[in-house]
Amino acid sequence: MRYLAGRLAWALVILLGTTFITFAIVFVVPGDPARVVAGPRADAATIASVRHELGLDRSLPAQYGRYLWRLAHGDLGRSYANRQPVATTLARRLPATATLAVAGLAVAIVIGLVVGILSAPVAGTWVDRTVLVGSLAVLSAPVFWLGMLALYWIGFRWRLVPLGGAGTFRHLILPALVLGIGSGLYYARLLHTNLQGVLRLDYIRAARARGVGPFRLYTVHALRNAALPLLTVIGLDFAALMNGVVLTETVFHWPGIGRLAFDAVLALDVPVIMGTVLLSAGLVVTTNLAVDLLYRLVDPRITLR
Amino acid sequence: MTARRRGLLRFGLAMGAGLVLLAVVGPALAPFDPTAPVAPQLAEPSPPGAPFWLGTDDLGRDVLSRLLHGARISLMVGLVAMLVTMVIGTALGLAAGYFGGVVDVILMRFTDVMLAFPGLLLAVALVAVLRPSVWTIFVVIGLVSWTGVARVVRGETLSLRERDFVLAARAMGAGHGRILLRHVLPNVAPTLVVIAALSTSGTILLDAGLSFLGIGVPPPTPTWGRMIQEASTYYRVAPWLMAFPGLAVLYAVLAFNLIAYGLTDEAKGTP
Repeated sequence: MRYLAGRLAWALVILLGTTFITFAIVFVVPGDPARVVAGPRADAATIASVRHELGLDRSLPAQYGRYLWRLAHGDLGRSYANRQPVATTLARRLPATATLAVAGLAVAIVIGLVVGILSAPVAGTWVDRTVLVGSLAVLSAPVFWLGMLALYWIGFRWRLVPLGGAGTFRHLILPALVLGIGSGLYYARLLHTNLQGVLRLDYIRAARARGVGPFRLYTVHALRNAALPLLTVIGLDFAALMNGVVLTETVFHWPGIGRLAFDAVLALDVPVIMGTVLLSAGLVVTTNLAVDLLYRLVDPRITLR
Repeated sequence: MTARRRGLLRFGLAMGAGLVLLAVVGPALAPFDPTAPVAPQLAEPSPPGAPFWLGTDDLGRDVLSRLLHGARISLMVGLVAMLVTMVIGTALGLAAGYFGGVVDVILMRFTDVMLAFPGLLLAVALVAVLRPSVWTIFVVIGLVSWTGVARVVRGETLSLRERDFVLAARAMGAGHGRILLRHVLPNVAPTLVVIAALSTSGTILLDAGLSFLGIGVPPPTPTWGRMIQEASTYYRVAPWLMAFPGLAVLYAVLAFNLIAYGLTDEAKGTP
């Protein structure tokens, strides 16, 4: 329980730190936010009143305090572009992004497990080497380019799936595949390495001597120990996955947070940019917290202290 | 080092050398002006064929020429951003690991906070508020990529700090600066080489991503990422427009990934 409380407090500290960074970014903006909000034809008096309304005439600590106070109440400010509350827009876009991220993660885990296990018995052979170089090549390709290739071949030439957009399961297939394949091959490599280590251990030799078949040996006996460290990696990798989400959503016209951030950047809509950055950081912190707790649940050797 | 690793390393180094060569002489080899419309019909992209060996884009520009010019800028952004990343990460990692205590706590907590941000989104936000230019891109990519470097360097420094030769240097009256630069840093260097290769592949990809989102190195400079972005409207009618610059990015990133992988100690088990 003490551990749980400490871990939660820690996540909160990190979140507080992220708000400080996002707040700092707003202050690097060269333009005057009040001028942007008031519009190009506003006179000095209007700009001054907008500045007062936005609290920009107060001291920096006061402004940061106000920013935090509003955040705590779910107020992320209003979009410069359409005057909508940023929080509402984010909430509307979140389900699409969550769907894509979870599907991408699922694809990554499946690829990681399947490729990782299948490549274990062939370790050191040419098959293994081909898989390794192939994986490195896929990992080296920009995710948005993989997306466009997939759209061209699978969507346009073979007409198997829709060319972008969201709504049905068929819309989800390509974006999830493209998003998950890189992480999946990375997990597969880690699992492969871990399996090599675990397969040398005595308990595996004992199981083999007892006549446990190869399939059961890999999937039940070895996998449990080899896959555990992967959990931590998946948590750490989640930030990278969110990067992929931004690019994948742009390629597939997926109406999520990534597209929102992209559109906001084009419109220089600072509150929306800050909101999306803060939300994604929040997602990363939450995922890492969840993974950490899960790890301790799954591995009985680690006690919750 | 196993033979297999050595093979991958050699292959990666050869690819990297090819890339550097391309970046140096590429622009001179380009058959056409990369920014001027040179195709006979300007309205639509034309497929690969003489004299435009990789085709032309929707503005009638020669893809091969743009690709060759893009090599220099893409490699330069990748390498300079990597240097920025390495300098920030190494400095913070050395300081945290060597001084320990409060310095370590503050720096590593800050690193944890930065790790929570998806690098691309943070970079997008920073570039958006700072306005894109080559220098902005260098600095921004460095600012969002140093966390991994700092963590690794801190870890190595922590163990080096207590080693006899460091203690001896201290006993002989060497200052912190001298110990860090003359005794600790050289011992971290082999690790730094591996991370440098790895982070170059990261910075090239990040730069391509920023360009793809339309906020990379501003036009008219042809960058591979921007070429892919410009091709995205025509990917059905002119797939060659996206195919070649994508392959170019893949080649560059793969070169550095192979070098990093080849250099990694098998015993450490890093993929």
